[in-house]
Formats: sequence, C-alpha cells, structure tokens
Amino acid sequence: MAESEKAPTSRRGVLGALAGTVGAALAVGVLGKRPDAQAAAPIAPAARPQAAANAAPLTSDLLGRMHSELARALAKPRQERRWVMVIDLRKCVGCHACTIACVAENKLPPGVVYRPVLEEEIGTYPNVTRRFIPRPCMQCDNPPCTPVCPVHATWKNEEGIVVVNYDQCIGCRYCLTACPYGARTSDFGYTYTAGTPHALPGILGQGIADDYERVANFEYSKAWDRKGGGSPIGNARKCHFCTHRIAEGMLPACVTTCIGRATMFGDVNDPDSLVAETIARPNVMRLKEEMGTEPRVYYLL
Amino acid sequence: MAKYAARLNRIFWIVALAAFVVGLYGLFSRIAFGHTRANYGSYVPWGLWVAAYIYMIGLSAGAFLFSTLVYVFNIRRVSGEGTVAAPAVGIADGAAFERERLEQVGKLALFTALVTLIGALICIWMDLGHPERAWKLVFQTSFRSIMGWMIWFYAAYFVLLLVELWLALRADLIARSNKSALARFLTFGRRDVSAAALAADRRLLRILGSVGVVLAIAFHGSVGAIFGVVAARPYWNSALTPIMFLAGALLSGGALLTFITAIWGPEPGSEIHRNLMRFLGQIVLGLLALDVLLEWAEFSIGLWNASPGESASLQLVLFGPYWWAFWIIHVGFGVIVPAILLIFLRRKIWAVALAGALIAVTFLAVRLNVIIPGLAIPELPGLEAAFHGPGLTTSYLPSLSEWLLFVWAIGLAALIFLAGRRILPIIHTER
Repeated sequence: MAESEKAPTSRRGVLGALAGTVGAALAVGVLGKRPDAQAAAPIAPAARPQAAANAAPLTSDLLGRMHSELARALAKPRQERRWVMVIDLRKCVGCHACTIACVAENKLPPGVVYRPVLEEEIGTYPNVTRRFIPRPCMQCDNPPCTPVCPVHATWKNEEGIVVVNYDQCIGCRYCLTACPYGARTSDFGYTYTAGTPHALPGILGQGIADDYERVANFEYSKAWDRKGGGSPIGNARKCHFCTHRIAEGMLPACVTTCIGRATMFGDVNDPDSLVAETIARPNVMRLKEEMGTEPRVYYLL
Repeated sequence: MAKYAARLNRIFWIVALAAFVVGLYGLFSRIAFGHTRANYGSYVPWGLWVAAYIYMIGLSAGAFLFSTLVYVFNIRRVSGEGTVAAPAVGIADGAAFERERLEQVGKLALFTALVTLIGALICIWMDLGHPERAWKLVFQTSFRSIMGWMIWFYAAYFVLLLVELWLALRADLIARSNKSALARFLTFGRRDVSAAALAADRRLLRILGSVGVVLAIAFHGSVGAIFGVVAARPYWNSALTPIMFLAGALLSGGALLTFITAIWGPEPGSEIHRNLMRFLGQIVLGLLALDVLLEWAEFSIGLWNASPGESASLQLVLFGPYWWAFWIIHVGFGVIVPAILLIFLRRKIWAVALAGALIAVTFLAVRLNVIIPGLAIPELPGLEAAFHGPGLTTSYLPSLSEWLLFVWAIGLAALIFLAGRRILPIIHTER
C-alpha cells in the first residue's frame, strides 16, 4: 500500500488501466468460463479443504493458540501476568530467523544483538549432531544485572521483564559485565552505512541508503531514532520480549518468525497456557541454573 | 641528585606537555566519534580507560595513605638506617626541623593524590556512554550498587583531599601572600598564623587524616568490590579482590610517591632527603612483598582448583596472547628489577627512585590484567561465533585513540602537578 502511494502517478495510471481491461475481459467471459476469482462467492468447505483450514481460527497451530492466550493475558491486570519463553531445542533448526527478526523489529545497529543463536557440535564422527541454542534475555527472577546499576536505570518490571530506561542509563556498562549470559550489549553508535559512498542526495548513496538507520524503532512503546548520538546510542540494550508488541496484542518478533514453532511465549500465571504446560515437563532445563538467577526462559531438551 | 633534580624537572615538563598535546587527538577522537574508535565492545565492555581509572585511583589512594604516615601516625624522624625512630615525644630542635621536612612530603603526597584522582576521573568520565549524565551518579544514586557507594566515597574523598591540602598549605600560603596574589586568594581570608591557630590546623589535619584513612580504604576497597561482587566473572568474584586492590594501591601509590620525593622532595642531596628515600624505599619493598604474596595466593589457588571459569582467565594472563604484559612488564620490570634495586642498592637514591618509577609505571599492566582477562572469557560457549559485529568479540587490544586519551589524562595530571608545585608552596626551600 505504502509502495503504491510512492509510485509515480503515471505508472499507477497505467496499472489501473491495465487492471480495468483485464477485469472487463473477464466480466464478458472471454475465456468462456466462470472466472475462478477469490472475490467470488464462498466455495463449499468440503470441496476445498485447505481453504476451510485457512478460514478457521488458528487454534491448531501453536502460534494461534499463543495469540489467543496473549489476548487472554492482556485482559488481566499487569501485575498478574508473568511472561516466560520456552524454546524447544529439538525443533530449532538453527535458521537464525529469530535473530534477524529481532534485529529488524528493534532496528538494531551493528554490534547490538538481543537474541543470537549459539551453535554447538556434539559428539565425534560418525555420531555427530549440532545443537542450536537461541539465547534471548533470560528475564531472570533474580537478575544480577539490575542491582549493579548505579542510577536506577534498569529493573524487573511487574510483568517479569527486565527493562532499561534509555534516558536514565549513563552507559557505564557495569550491567554488561554482570550478566552471566552475555545478554546485554551496548550501542556504541555504529551504523551499517558508515563509510559507504555518498552519491546523489535523495536518490542514491549513503544519504538515502541509511534511511533504515534513521527510522525510529518502538522499543518500550516509545520512538527511538538514534539521531545525533542520542539514546539509545551510548546505552546498554537488551531483549525485552518485545514489550511494545505485547502491549499491542502481538507476540514477540522471534516467536512469530520461528519457522519450526520452537519458540513459545506466554503468561505462566495462566495454568491453561502453552508455556505453563510445557515447563512442567521433565525435559525442561534452564541455562546456568547453578548461579541462582532463576531464568524465565526455559529450554526443552 | 640535587643537580639532576632540576634537569629532570625540566624533562618532565617537556614530557608532560608533549603527552598533553599528542593526547589531545585522543580527546578529539572521543568527542567527535564517540565510542566507535575504541576497541572495547559488548563482550569486553571495559577496556583501557577503566584500567587507567583503577590504576590512577589506586595511585591516589596509595599516595593519600602515605600522607597519613605524617599527619595521623605522626612519624617525625627517620634514622640514617632508613627506619622510623619512635615518634618524638619531646621534640629536640633537630627533630622539629626534620619534622618540617617530613611534613613537606605529606603535602607532596596529598597533592599527588589529588592530581592522580583528577586523571582517574577524566578517564572514567570519558568511558561513560553518556558523560553528560554523570551527575545522575551523585543525585540519583542507587545504593544497591557498589558503584553508587563508590561514587559517594570518592566524592567525600575529593572534598577531604582539598580541605586537607588547604590546611596543610595554609601557613605557607600566608607566608607567600605578599609575593603571590594566588596564594593570597587561596588563604580565603584566614590569615591567623599564631601558634594556637597552627596547632588547631594540625589537630584538624590529624582528625581529617584519620577519617581519610577509613575513607581511602572504603573507597578503594569499593572499587575492588565492584569487581569482587560480579558472580558472572569467576576471575573477579573473590573476597580477595578488594584486598588486592588495596595492597596494589598502597604499593603503586607508595612507589610513585617515592619517585616523586626523589625529584621534587625537600632539599634533594641533603642527609634528610637521603634518609627519607631509604625509609620510603624500605616501605615500598615491604609492600611489594605483600603484593607478591597476595598474587601468589590468587594464582596458585585459582589454578589448582582448575574451575574452568577462573583458571581460564588465569591461563589467559599467564599464557595468553598478552603473556608478556604479565611476565615481562609486571614480573620482570615491576617486581624482580625493583626488588633487586631495593634490596641490593637501597643506599643509592637513584636506585630507589628508579624502583619506585618502575613499580608505579608497570602497575598499569597489573590493572589491565585484572580487567581484560576477567571479561575475555565468553560467558556461554559459542557466543562469539553466534553473531558478528563491532564489539562482539572477546579479543581486545586498546586502539590508538584509547591510548591517546589515556596519555592526555596522564599529561594533564602531570601538568597540574608540575604547575602546582611551581605556584603553590608544596615544597619550598626558601624558608
């Protein structure tokens, strides 16, 4: 939609005319047959099983289930929700789509990453496998990163998410050293387009190519555009389970992008939720349990 | 020594000016390009500037604690053997004269503590992602954080240093008031030089110095505790860490003061100066032994257990890519050579001065070897390979810009020291 608005008027005119012609041709029945258009009257479900499945509410898919659970959780008061993430390592194929979805969603600059996927090779030939461990922020119940902050810039919020106040953070990076999972990175102000050529303003070159870097992200439901060296440049940054998406009834970007439905998300205070069910299994584990951080990201082995 | 002292003073002016001018590029780079010209990143979040900070703040705390030898512990005489005579109860004429000389070392120590503190604060201020928000550290402090405590400790320490220095200088400032407008201004109108007023000054100095001993230990101990409490870094996470910071502060600060006393101390070439140097040299030797002992404790226990987290960092210190920083710079030039000088050539002023300079300078390697190896072990295996980008690596070598900003801070501190020595009555021989 946005693209067609940007397109030159003349081209849009041509396309419109073309579409009109095709439509007219179909209407007079040039092909001698009733056109098989989507806009036509609904087809009987029995005749088209796939269409029926598409039209039905997405309850059979985990994503659909999580989505409706999210709506249910959002109906509750904030402090009664407890967001957790469960990652099924047997389903993860190591495609890194979650990492990239996160980078795109939060417009992360070079050197900042919220959810890398660690790869590990297990065994010796001929018995070799690989394990992929996506590593978001663990949103620990006993986070070592928050008490070290000297200026109250980071804390665990009432929904169980460890958040950073970019406007308060002074950039001392003490929290980066304190996290046992390496889950915090610092925005040092790098840009992807630094050092690329400048060319015709507004048409070619760095001036137009770095539009992406100048567009604001929407972390913590606020616009942060990284212009002029301001926050979040110079701040500690971390995964926040896409709080801004949750607030709008959307699942975190990494969850919706996961091709194998390996990442599950939901309110653990809801006993009927997918995550509450899955973390009660014996094959559940958490990273560095011995540190007493009580992570709220669970892995299924 | 006396004739060398004047020449060395000139050389130091030139070196300090050169450091200041060359280092300006580092400052420019930091202001113009932010942190993008620095080599620390997200996996090694602290680099040279933090090491420089704990290095210089250690020099400051150490030099300050040495000043308390005069103002609190009341050491008034050092014998020809370089040992301390019992605090003089009834002060003979000679002893009173000597006390005056020792008090000059006290002033020198206080002033050294002040300029190294300034250098340290510049380094850590520039290290912040948002230096313009540094005020939040004081006015919106979180006292759950050791760093919050540290800020208040050294704010108090800064004020205490200024007040102590002023009290120590007051009588001399008044004496200089006729010649120097600055000295007249710095008396702040308090011109009472009666015996009672001076005794009151001395009493106050003693009280402040006593508070200062506690404060200096608290504040440098808290610098160590910043690292000690981080459970995520097994190399730092030890009750020994703050203790080692304090021992290191005493050693490096004492060594620096020894070197400074050799050149800018009272009456170079005199018998008193020689005795003083030997006295300081022996203290530094003792502190060196203490530091080696603590270091041995840390390395032997950490390697013996071979708990992967801690021993990995220790292995990095001993056999990593920068092994020479430990073996050659620290052990060679920071321990063995100074120990030889202080044991076998303890009567030679130049040898004691050189030992002090070597220990003080090479101690930066010790501080770097605290910061970097603690961070350079990935917290989860495979973290480095999982995603690429600037700063997402555990290998670290300070960039040119980082070095230059550090050089600038050192140059600035040295210039303040040299200028202060020239215009303030810190050491004077005319009286």
